[in-house]
Amino acid sequence: MADEWKPQILGIICNWCSYAGADLAGSARTQYPPDIRIVRIMCTGRVDPLFILKAFSDGADGVLVSGCHFGDCHYLEGNYKGAKRMFMVKSLIRNIGLEDKRLRMTFVSASEGAKWAKVVEDVVKTVTDLGPSPLKELAR
Amino acid sequence: MAEKKTKKETAPKKKEATKAAAPAVKAAAPKAPATGKKEARVGVFICHCGTNIAGSIDINEVEAYAKTLPDVAFAANYQYVCSTPGQKIIADAIKDHNLTGTVVAACSPRLHEPTFRTATKEGGLNPFRFEMANIREQGSWVHMHDREGATEKAKDAIRIAVAKAALLEDLIPKSVPVEKAAIVVGAGVAGMQAALDLANAGIKTYLIEKTPSIGGRMSQLDKTFPTLDCSQCILTPKMVDVGRAENIELMTYTEVESVEGYIGNFDVTLRKKARGVLSMAEAEAMGISGGGCNGCGDCEPVCPVIKPNPFEMNMKPRKAIYIYHPQVVPLLYTVDFDSCIKCNLCVDVCGDKKAIDLEMKDELIKVKVGTAILALGYDMFPIEKKDEWGYMKYENVVNSLEFERLICASGPTGGHMVRPSDGQTPKKVAFLLCAGSRDNTGIGKPYCSRFCCMYSLKHAHQIYEKIPGVQSYLFYMDIRSFGKMYEEFYYRIQDEGAKFIRGRVANILEDPVTKNLIINAEDTLLNRPVRLEVDMVVLAAAVQPSSDTDRTRKLFGVSCSLDGWLLEAHPKLNPCGTTTAGVYVAGVCQGPKDIPDTVASAEGAASAASIPIHMGEVELEPYFAQCIEEKCAGCGMCVNLCPYQALALVEKEGRKVMEVTEAKCKGCGTCGGFCPGGAIWMQHFATPQIVAQIDAFLLGGVK
Ligand SMILES: Cc1cc2nc3c(=O)[nH]c(=O)nc-3n(C[C@H](O)[C@H](O)[C@H](O)COP(=O)(O)OP(=O)(O)OC[C@H]3O[C@@H](n4cnc5c(N)ncnc54)[C@H](O)[C@@H]3O)c2cc1C
Repeated sequence: MADEWKPQILGIICNWCSYAGADLAGSARTQYPPDIRIVRIMCTGRVDPLFILKAFSDGADGVLVSGCHFGDCHYLEGNYKGAKRMFMVKSLIRNIGLEDKRLRMTFVSASEGAKWAKVVEDVVKTVTDLGPSPLKELAR
Repeated sequence: MAEKKTKKETAPKKKEATKAAAPAVKAAAPKAPATGKKEARVGVFICHCGTNIAGSIDINEVEAYAKTLPDVAFAANYQYVCSTPGQKIIADAIKDHNLTGTVVAACSPRLHEPTFRTATKEGGLNPFRFEMANIREQGSWVHMHDREGATEKAKDAIRIAVAKAALLEDLIPKSVPVEKAAIVVGAGVAGMQAALDLANAGIKTYLIEKTPSIGGRMSQLDKTFPTLDCSQCILTPKMVDVGRAENIELMTYTEVESVEGYIGNFDVTLRKKARGVLSMAEAEAMGISGGGCNGCGDCEPVCPVIKPNPFEMNMKPRKAIYIYHPQVVPLLYTVDFDSCIKCNLCVDVCGDKKAIDLEMKDELIKVKVGTAILALGYDMFPIEKKDEWGYMKYENVVNSLEFERLICASGPTGGHMVRPSDGQTPKKVAFLLCAGSRDNTGIGKPYCSRFCCMYSLKHAHQIYEKIPGVQSYLFYMDIRSFGKMYEEFYYRIQDEGAKFIRGRVANILEDPVTKNLIINAEDTLLNRPVRLEVDMVVLAAAVQPSSDTDRTRKLFGVSCSLDGWLLEAHPKLNPCGTTTAGVYVAGVCQGPKDIPDTVASAEGAASAASIPIHMGEVELEPYFAQCIEEKCAGCGMCVNLCPYQALALVEKEGRKVMEVTEAKCKGCGTCGGFCPGGAIWMQHFATPQIVAQIDAFLLGGVK
């Protein structure tokens, strides 16, 4: 158990929807795996591709970006702009030889606590199946 | 690709990025000097929250770990950090240990960030030098049976928070004046009550209603439980008050087109739909003295077009020029341009009043308000989707709102309770409760619609009142008679002879000759199947958010819950607020409520919406974008990305740089997420701060 490999996953999530959804999962005591660490931002539009690249170059095994549903962004359209960038980042990380499945963007609203738990479960599973990031060695 | 390169060169080296950013930020925002990492002294306060956190996380281990972290000068734990003594620990530690920043590891910042910012301020620090580590909602509560995993996660969360706290800077919230006016959207009983309260509190209030008259669903009801007052009798005086109130500007047949701005300063554009009829005031303004619609109704009989009247649930005709019912407020006719054939007969008969203008166009009107209340109400769930009950297939299956009109003295039958197929008085009537509510089949709604039990009891009573010898049958799952005097009302209906059958109805079939209905159900109390022939069935259909709710809530930036009802800021502690400051919700649009609860919620929303207006100014969170001019190449990409037109390119020292209008910036950071040169400093969510968090998670660690 102790030396079983656990993935390091960074979650960058927006304050209004996904963070609130994650809080709701908490109040509802919905259980999910603990292998994710959260950085809260106001909007997924704030997600600079740099943050994701930095996380991978630091050795993250996976990155989850999660925001509001389209049309539901607290700032009208920040999530569209954030989502558009994710395509670019996905192709970038593919180019450096990293599986693009290590980066995921999801849309979880403030009322979707159960969905948040499901998303984390999925992401943890996907990343666990992929195994440790090949960049991890470089980061050390 | 070239842009990418620049970024990669400058930004990943965190320390350099911080240093480079620091002087620039000073230049851009002199009140917000960036902190160097060297002097940072962070205090960490870990909350047990009773056993909420301590039950699943090893607090001592976490505290011991926090003490080993770089930049941590002090760490402590306490039972309830949010309590008065808990907050004092923070304030004292700031002074005693000369802290530059604080981290509280406890619940969600969405709950207690304001509390701990105040405590931080009390200790003499700028409140924005506080960062929260969420180890409850996103820690102990979701990993209850994984103490080790939850404890490790808590340690990391604190490490990440400390890394940010070490780089936080002083920020000053911006105070903005609040426009002394409010808008209320939706003029059902909720919107009317909210508008009256605001107006009586001295606030100019725009009351917006999409249909031609105010009153909402309540004006369609006959009587109201449990007191059985006549709905119109208690509502009409209120409608008249609304029409007369000096501070209320009533705008019917009007919809919200767009909303800009923020608390204190919303610019709302309204679409006043072409009504084809001028009010007396409008006519006066156009120089038609003594003209305009006085509600005489001469136009109606001459109109050759006949359409169903939606107010009467399409059971009564109206003309292409119409009022819904005689008590409408305002008493003003409306032309239905979709069916008007422009024969001009109405114009002729209206004569010198010149009230009718068949060439009228929609008009856009702008209003400025400080706060807004959404009171959008509900629609009936299309119960024909529950195919097995035969609504829309069998004539004598009606929904509950149709029943209200059928039994109402001002309704299509003049209050004579008859069944649709043959106009005969029904002798046996079945009421199906939870029709589409508490339905987990995926077709109906999973929630309880909350007023159907009570109005079905009321309906049973009403037929006993009107039809001698009638028998009523109520098919129910549970009778929820939870309000004041409601249980007593339930007993009364039982005494009146209503039969209660506990069980869901499997299906309803029609006898093709008699048009009677055969109900197949299960009586779960007697444990046997029931087959019952009745003359008429009333489906107590579920309710759902009104048709335009989704579009309207998005204009105001209000979220919704899974079933589409508007989401309150906190279900218990802030039931009328939303996550958009200055926008409140009232009535059923937040979730099903009967009239007493609707009115209470409307008064709550009105009170909440009046507070910023009476305060006169409000503070905005200072999460503004700032331009680091040295780095700005003047490309202008951010200008196009900003959803609020808060950014512009200006000439400075012979070159173009971006400039932020703080009052327009809402702090989303979309500009900062894209700037190829890293030239945008998002206050409180600055790139070096976020990168420090990422590094702390993945590389970070022990001193
Ligand atoms: C059959 C039936 C019987 C009932 N009987 C009782 C009873 O006896 N006692 C009781 O306490 N409760 C009863 N109720 C419940 C009662 O109807 C509600 O509590 C009440 O009507 C809620 O008022 P509201 O203002 O929230 O919503 P509504 O009455 O739905 O009003 C909303 C208003 O907003 C307008 N609107 C909606 N969207 C927009 C928009 N985008 N822009 C502008 N305007 C908009 C609508 O046109 C409407 O006028 C009954 C309900 C039903 C269905």
